[in-house]
Amino acid sequence: MTGGGKVGLKHGAGGRAMRALIEEVFLGLASPVDGIGLSALDDGAAIRVGDRWLVITTDSHVVHPIFFPGGDIGRLAVSGTVNDLAMMGATEPLALTCAVILEEGFARDDLVRIRDSMLEASREAGAPIVTGDTKVMGHGEVDGIVLNTAGVALCDRVVTDAGLRVGDRILVTGSVGDHGMAVMVKRHALGIQGDLRSDVAPINGLVRAALLAGGEDVVAMKDPTRGGLASVLHEMAGKAKVGVLLDETAVPVNAEVRAACEVLGIDPLVVANEGKAVIGVRPGAADRVLAALRAHPLGRRAAIVGTAIADRPGQVILDTGLGRRLLAEPDGEPLPRIC
Amino acid sequence: MCLGVPGKVLSISDDGMSAQVDFFGVQKELRLDIVDVPVTVGDYVLNHVGFAIRRIPPEEVGETLALFDQILKEAAAGDLMAEDVRGEMAAGKGGGESGRG
Amino acid sequence: MASPFDELKFRDPERARALSGALAREVEAAGRTISLMHVCGSHEQAIARFGLRAAFPRNLDVIMGPGCPVCVTDTPEVDEAVALAAQGARVCTYGDMLRLPGNSKSLADAQSDGGNVEVVYSVSQAVDLARQRPAEQVVFFASGFETTAVATAAVLLSGVPENFSVLSAHKYVPAAMDVVSEMKETNIEGFIAAGHAATITGWGIFEPFAARTRTPVVVAGFEPLDVLAAVLELVRLVRARRPEVMNCYPRCVSKEGNGPALEKLWKVFDVVGGNWRGIARVPRGNLELRSEWDHVNARRRFRIDTAAVGGASRNVLAEHCICGTIMSGLAKPSDCTLFGKECRPDAPVGACMVSSEGSCKIWHVYGGPPDLREVA
Repeated sequence: MTGGGKVGLKHGAGGRAMRALIEEVFLGLASPVDGIGLSALDDGAAIRVGDRWLVITTDSHVVHPIFFPGGDIGRLAVSGTVNDLAMMGATEPLALTCAVILEEGFARDDLVRIRDSMLEASREAGAPIVTGDTKVMGHGEVDGIVLNTAGVALCDRVVTDAGLRVGDRILVTGSVGDHGMAVMVKRHALGIQGDLRSDVAPINGLVRAALLAGGEDVVAMKDPTRGGLASVLHEMAGKAKVGVLLDETAVPVNAEVRAACEVLGIDPLVVANEGKAVIGVRPGAADRVLAALRAHPLGRRAAIVGTAIADRPGQVILDTGLGRRLLAEPDGEPLPRIC
Repeated sequence: MCLGVPGKVLSISDDGMSAQVDFFGVQKELRLDIVDVPVTVGDYVLNHVGFAIRRIPPEEVGETLALFDQILKEAAAGDLMAEDVRGEMAAGKGGGESGRG
Repeated sequence: MASPFDELKFRDPERARALSGALAREVEAAGRTISLMHVCGSHEQAIARFGLRAAFPRNLDVIMGPGCPVCVTDTPEVDEAVALAAQGARVCTYGDMLRLPGNSKSLADAQSDGGNVEVVYSVSQAVDLARQRPAEQVVFFASGFETTAVATAAVLLSGVPENFSVLSAHKYVPAAMDVVSEMKETNIEGFIAAGHAATITGWGIFEPFAARTRTPVVVAGFEPLDVLAAVLELVRLVRARRPEVMNCYPRCVSKEGNGPALEKLWKVFDVVGGNWRGIARVPRGNLELRSEWDHVNARRRFRIDTAAVGGASRNVLAEHCICGTIMSGLAKPSDCTLFGKECRPDAPVGACMVSSEGSCKIWHVYGGPPDLREVA
């Protein structure tokens, strides 16, 4: 690590650096549990309770700007936690918590706006917010607002992100890159106009539809947030010790996102999403799950984008339609390039 | 080294110093300080770091494609020649490439 | 939706297949390995992004030369920017430069330390920031080849606020090709020249080089067909022993280049010698502000204390780096004593480990040369 062993922004960007930090520091907290615990580094934990599973997850949210086209930090916090539960197979959240750290001077009107959008998202997800906590810190001690949500849910079958086998098909539930590009263009004041809006949404209903259609043939799920589709596929490939062959031409990307990526020199495959899932399915069930996803309003652009293969375990091979290359695991937040 | 993207000029500012340019679905203002020739609405320009660095004459897009087809055609002609040479070599007449340059 | 990319048709797979088929036949007919070099990071990006390397025949080596202005920016230059941020200036730079390491810190580290570092898309944005914050010193850490330098020149010529200055790490393209051709042993038989730099300078600038070195040069664009057609044309020139300059990017490049832009460039910049990361001294490698512009030159305006941020006047490790030899195709990353030890993706010594498509970076990430031609 450069910078005298200090934590840098790249350690929060969802790539290799962040995984290394977690493995080197926080894995020390892991203790054995009956189920899926910290050491699995999955979207959440699952603890056996009788013949069911209690799924728990927590997530702290910071975003600049706090309000962005398509959503805000409140919608993001609720959706993020509901989606993390859903990625474990728990699509019926029992309850969410909400803890907020505010900077002295934060506008009350903004806080009310954030609360309202949390409420709206929690209703969409059918996930009541049941308890919370508020702290205020001095000016400059925290940047505006940090919002933490935790969630719990019960389910009968847990889906991890490690279940791929050779031959399995990989689906994405819709267009990629929408959230990250909407936020980046605002954050860096890039002066790009166009319909770039975040996809931030709770997708537990969409995932439920996939699970109903695919049953036990749905074998791996993960939401492609920071680090985008590229990061998720590396994680799935690494944990399952398979290779992944990704068909780039099949990956849905909105025209405006593709355009903004082209102008800024960014690969949409590494851009964050907040309302999408990557789903690994046994080959025989792929079409069935795809049809179920497409029948749902949030899954109309779902597509089969890849296949688990025996070659190159842990790596992702991108077929561009013109040739093939290895897709690198993203490291750090994507930034506009000049070359 | 230099990321360049072509876009279509939608409008030009009153002072002529900048243009609103469409990049297949998103728009961005570009400065016109360093473009090679004056541009008008509807022109394609090449963008680099927020500056138009060249007006792309539409006819030259076609010319580039024609050039590629020409290169392909010449390569194909070269292949036929090479096959002739190989045929001659097989027949013991010698010829062909003579090693490293 | 109609898009310039649909209209331009330069990603058409059918034409691409025809070109790569012709390329395979051309190289096969040569009956030996042909080594070409491109001197443009964006060509490597295009080759990688579209997976074109897998479409090249086995006995064709397309080597990545010292053509990424960011990657060859040396550690003392980064140290200057880090020091300015530590001294309280607001340092604006292009996204490519943020994680580029100096002797001990990158600008991303400077940001973690509490420095004001901003990523901008355009130098104009940095000027706007200076106008919005008159009480601050805003320094634009400028990188890129002449294509990007003309933008820096244009903003200076159109007038900047008093609190705006430039720290130039701009590089000069023709130097990149000279570096390689002047290496004692090199097996590079042809060069693919940077299309967008040539948009500014014109393709005529390469004629003396081709004549002097007896090496053909093809100017190429950045779409898949541009790259494939240029490589095919270059192989043909090599086989025919015609050391000519061919323009395969006529829609963006003329022989004379962009006159008004060149005029602005040379009003503001001079070509000077400088060290390139992992390559050593390059006699005409850097673009520095001319002395008339001392008042906006951060190097003249501030006393920059690089020692305070762990800077060093020379990059000692770089003296052991063999990037230059790797780029010229004479050595592999594994031949370097620093590879994977002192030189890693998170602490790169040479340019080949900085660039996301650099050969050292790729070898390090994937544990060897990624050859995908045999994956089913």
